[in-house]
Amino acid sequence: MLEIKNLHARIAEDGTEIIRGLDLTVKAGEVAAIMGPNGSGKSTLSYILSGREDYEVTEGDILYNGESILELDPSERAAKGIFLAFQYPVEIPGVATMQFLKVALNEQRKYRGEEELSTPDFIRRVKEASARLQINPDMLKRPLNVGFSGGEKKRAEILQMALLEPKLCVLDETDSGLDIDALKIVADGVNALRSPDRAVVVITHYQRLLEYIVPDSVHVLYKGQIIKSGDKSLALDLEANGYADIIDAAA
Amino acid sequence: MNMQTAITMTAAETALVDGYTAQIGELPGEGAVLSARDTLLADLRKQGLPTRRVESWHYTDLRALLRSVPAVDPTAFAQRVDPLVAGSSVLAVLNGTADTKGAPAGVNVRSYADSLVDGVAAADLVERDADDAIGRINGSFVRDGFEIEVAEGTELEQPLELQLVQSAGQSHTRFPVTFGANTKAMVIERHLSVSDAPSLVTTVCDLILDEGAEITWIILQQQGDADSHLAQVNFDLGTNAKLRLFVINAGGKLVRQEVHGVTTGEGSDFKLRGINLLGGETHTDVTFTLGHDVPNTTSTEIIRNVLLGRAKGVFQGQIRVAPDAQKTDAKMACNTLLLSDDADFSAKPELEIFADDVQCGHGATVIDINATHLFYLRARGIPENKARAMLVNAFVDEIVEELEDEAVIEPLETIIAAWLETHA
Repeated sequence: MLEIKNLHARIAEDGTEIIRGLDLTVKAGEVAAIMGPNGSGKSTLSYILSGREDYEVTEGDILYNGESILELDPSERAAKGIFLAFQYPVEIPGVATMQFLKVALNEQRKYRGEEELSTPDFIRRVKEASARLQINPDMLKRPLNVGFSGGEKKRAEILQMALLEPKLCVLDETDSGLDIDALKIVADGVNALRSPDRAVVVITHYQRLLEYIVPDSVHVLYKGQIIKSGDKSLALDLEANGYADIIDAAA
Repeated sequence: MNMQTAITMTAAETALVDGYTAQIGELPGEGAVLSARDTLLADLRKQGLPTRRVESWHYTDLRALLRSVPAVDPTAFAQRVDPLVAGSSVLAVLNGTADTKGAPAGVNVRSYADSLVDGVAAADLVERDADDAIGRINGSFVRDGFEIEVAEGTELEQPLELQLVQSAGQSHTRFPVTFGANTKAMVIERHLSVSDAPSLVTTVCDLILDEGAEITWIILQQQGDADSHLAQVNFDLGTNAKLRLFVINAGGKLVRQEVHGVTTGEGSDFKLRGINLLGGETHTDVTFTLGHDVPNTTSTEIIRNVLLGRAKGVFQGQIRVAPDAQKTDAKMACNTLLLSDDADFSAKPELEIFADDVQCGHGATVIDINATHLFYLRARGIPENKARAMLVNAFVDEIVEELEDEAVIEPLETIIAAWLETHA
């Protein structure tokens, strides 16, 4: 589903190279975890996948279902099924949450040539999904993410993911700022979306989230490259021994 | 030999002075009203229109900007439109002629033309100060308007709409309004243009809020691209009176909306909320002065500006706190979303504080669309142009939402969205 080939990318503004020859393949149905120390390029990778224009790809390619997505803008990528759950979901005063959800859903459907959802159908979907994620309906009456706690924001991200039904989900540090109860709710939300035709990339610092979202593969990102890949035991290994041994071995 | 050089009058000045001579025979009022008009016109002739050398007109050089004055057009035709909020009582002013029919119970309405004829209006026809060009022009030419009294204790369930519809020519109207003690009302002062022909519209509203009155006054200005709109609201807040004044400018070529107020009763509160949607070639100026004259009064002012095209905008806000007006709490903010390199906005806040136990603050920001917000919306599948429109809308919608009344929020949001769609 996702093939990243020899990817090099830099910050557009100052030219700092962040991703330096990254290779990664994630198959449909797979949950891949990407771990790495601070500054290794984890968040940058998530932004590049979703098309943020602050970064420039200088070499290599990203194939999604066999097609390069480098020329697609963020909204086109989203409509094709790529979803980024933000590490820091953005508060946007003045944009009503429900209006935002409806516009996003219908714009994606329009792009794909599907019919727009009727208002009752839309509301029913939101109600069902928010009940599963234990989201208080009052939250949805507020402007987008405004006044939400850290945990509420992350749950709202997963709600968006559930409603938009993407094919490739990229979760950027979704566990940061979550207490254990919220972590379980968020993990349940993600697990409910696991399916043979959907891939999940979990970017995380800690092994903790991976106890709840059990990955099929674990990849260590360091200085813009994947320096080691393995199964879920690699995450446990990192938790016990830290990154130093792997970094030394790769050097 | 007398070396003093006579100032050459501009086309607009000439049109005003000559127009006065031509019209004076048919303008309502004699005696004291006539001599008040003569005095105002003489000042206008002597001083000319204000230029940038006059401080309060520094950013709106009226002499340079008012290029011409459309001739009075007695054949111009305009008719009523549906009210902004369904179910409102409507008092219409069509091309400057007021129709007193339509007032709700508890609201006494008299034609201002009648007040001019019987001389009651003479006391109104004075300048606020030496720079009061709007009062001068309006007072010289005023023909009609409404004198409105809302009886003590009246609570209007539905809005009262003052509907000013203009198709061409000139309109000079005045609206002295007294809200009796403990009245509650929403008034929508709506300015519409129904043709592309240029118009000159001037209005002066003098609002008096007696003890405990709670009033929302919404000015919705949607005149045409060729129109000049010179308007002034003066208000006086009695004890515990509350006035929320919303000013929404979404039209007009040359617009100056002045708001001048004083708090004369303790416990009174004033809120100014402004939305300036400025596109094309417009020059729009909102100038505000407020005197906190007694202790324990509060005010907040929030102005949000969206600029496109070659628009120019101005906000001047002056808050004065009198020496014994302790415990005044006043906060003013002017936020501008500048979406074009050719647009410009000038903000001039002024605080004059003569009391020592007060809280006063002001801030002005100029921003572009937040890149992170834009990316977030796009990352959810919303195309860039639509995402931008949502964010611009959000910037002003925060102000509209403060009305907390869906019946009026919804039509205002529709107007704003339509404006953004046409201009963005």
